[in-house]
Amino acid sequence: MMSSLHTIRKSKGEHIFHGMNTLFMTAMIVITLYPFIYVVFSSVSDSRLLLAQTGILWAPLGFTLDAYTMVFKNPNIVSGYLNTLFIVGMGTILNLVMTSLGAYVLSRKGVAWTRHIMLWIILTMFFSGGLIPMYLLVNNWLHLGNTLFALIVPGLISTWNLIILRTSFAAIPESLIESARIDGAQDLTILLRVVIPLSLPVMAVMVLFYGVGHWNSWFGAMIYLRDRELFPLQLILREILIQNNTNYMAGNASAEDVEAVGESIKYATIIVATLPILFVYPFLQKYFVKGVMIGSIKE
Amino acid sequence: MNGLLKDYRKHKYLYYMIFPVVLYYFVFHYVPMYGALIAFKDFRIAEGFINSPWVGFKHFISFFDSYYFWRLLKNTLILNLYMLVFSFPAPIIFALLINEIVGSRFKRVVQTVTYLPHFISLIVVCGMITQFLARDGIMTDLLVWLGMDRQVLLAHPQYFRAIYVISDIWQGVGWGSIIYLAAIMGINPELYEASRMDGANRWRQIFHITLPGITPIIVILFILKIGNMLDVGFEKIILLYNPNTYVTADVISTFVYRKGLQSFEFSYATAIGVFQAVINFILLIAANRFSKQISENSLW
Repeated sequence: MMSSLHTIRKSKGEHIFHGMNTLFMTAMIVITLYPFIYVVFSSVSDSRLLLAQTGILWAPLGFTLDAYTMVFKNPNIVSGYLNTLFIVGMGTILNLVMTSLGAYVLSRKGVAWTRHIMLWIILTMFFSGGLIPMYLLVNNWLHLGNTLFALIVPGLISTWNLIILRTSFAAIPESLIESARIDGAQDLTILLRVVIPLSLPVMAVMVLFYGVGHWNSWFGAMIYLRDRELFPLQLILREILIQNNTNYMAGNASAEDVEAVGESIKYATIIVATLPILFVYPFLQKYFVKGVMIGSIKE
Repeated sequence: MNGLLKDYRKHKYLYYMIFPVVLYYFVFHYVPMYGALIAFKDFRIAEGFINSPWVGFKHFISFFDSYYFWRLLKNTLILNLYMLVFSFPAPIIFALLINEIVGSRFKRVVQTVTYLPHFISLIVVCGMITQFLARDGIMTDLLVWLGMDRQVLLAHPQYFRAIYVISDIWQGVGWGSIIYLAAIMGINPELYEASRMDGANRWRQIFHITLPGITPIIVILFILKIGNMLDVGFEKIILLYNPNTYVTADVISTFVYRKGLQSFEFSYATAIGVFQAVINFILLIAANRFSKQISENSLW
């Protein structure tokens, strides 16, 4: 038996395991990244060469930015982008306001009714009226149908995010709150001047979760919007990628031009729609892991 | 009443601040629950909610008697089974393996890379799936190289569940592992040291310390999954299915969507939704009770 005072020598079995694990993790990295790499290569490749080729791409075939030019010339893509930017911007701001208000109030100790309200809120995670009543409410009874607000208002607060934020707010030392109160601050001021500035990492997490959620959402748009000018980017994407609707992408180009770039247009569209996420992701990544862990551990 | 007034005066601003939140939940979560009552009516938009006639359980019976009922139930349950057996454990195993990575820089790279697919929109993921599995798609090429006939897999019902589950794991395994890694980090390191002194190797440690340490969170997430069983996978299925694959792909939620928002059979679709909610609730309670009995862990 080894003495715990010596350096612990790993057994041969453990060495093999670590070797295999490293191999496995490398494979996971490749499997995760390669689809994106393939999409990038294909988006700058010559479409005719793409169609002729089979198997793995190690590099783009030919190099042409034609697909991207066509994508940006498409008025639907441009309007889709603008709509999505509005939804993400306006939506995330409203999300933050509502969720912060809720998280602050519900994290106050010594106020009896906060527990009560919290229970009713958590209940909504388990029960819901279903798709149809929600549709009727938004479309028929609130007349939000065919407006961008139909995409923002029903999802103003995510209970999951509310719980994470509330846990985080509750962790702020009561003494800091008290001293602010002694200085004459009311609750709203305390929220804005004390609580939020001390919770910036979690707020970054909220921005990430809500923002990405808005960027990627499409189903609400599909059921509530009728005017094409209001379609967000993902819905336009759906027409191109899933319903194979590249016809109207022609815009001003001739039919042969469109057919020639047909395949790579789809890939270019994917990149154009996902690029913002890929940009934002590395910066916020360090915050959100911490934020999720804070939320989950203290619960 | 006096107590309420006193409380109000003391916490006046809290009342103002919570008001929009409460209003939101009331309008967008509780009003629709009440709206689900149209399941028991023959709801017609023109007549509105109040004037539409009550029909009791007519729509429920109609659903249970319908030609598709058993198929929908079967597809929903089988897809769920696949998810619980493959998709649910994957992030747990992945978290355990990530925890074993020796180099901290490599560990961070693996995590950063594998979290990425979670942030990609479902449309893009399904777009990639559709492209890669097309007749001349890269995935099809790979499978042909491995001996399969050249075909469009998404057109054949027998492959749908595999495509659904595998792509779900690809997209979710990294992100799903975060919460388990957080739990693993919460385990008391002294337990590991003590077991080392008793001669335990890494395998023993994983089975006797790590796994029991994260069992509570596993159980909670599992119970929540069971409580959502009948709602399985709906947006992704809509993007990937087609009438050819309905026979395995069509689940209760997608049927509700078609009946409600494409055929506008509002009451009928709502009734099915109520059925889903009731069964989900029963499953949730049952799973929680069962888990309380066999372990000390449960949701409440």
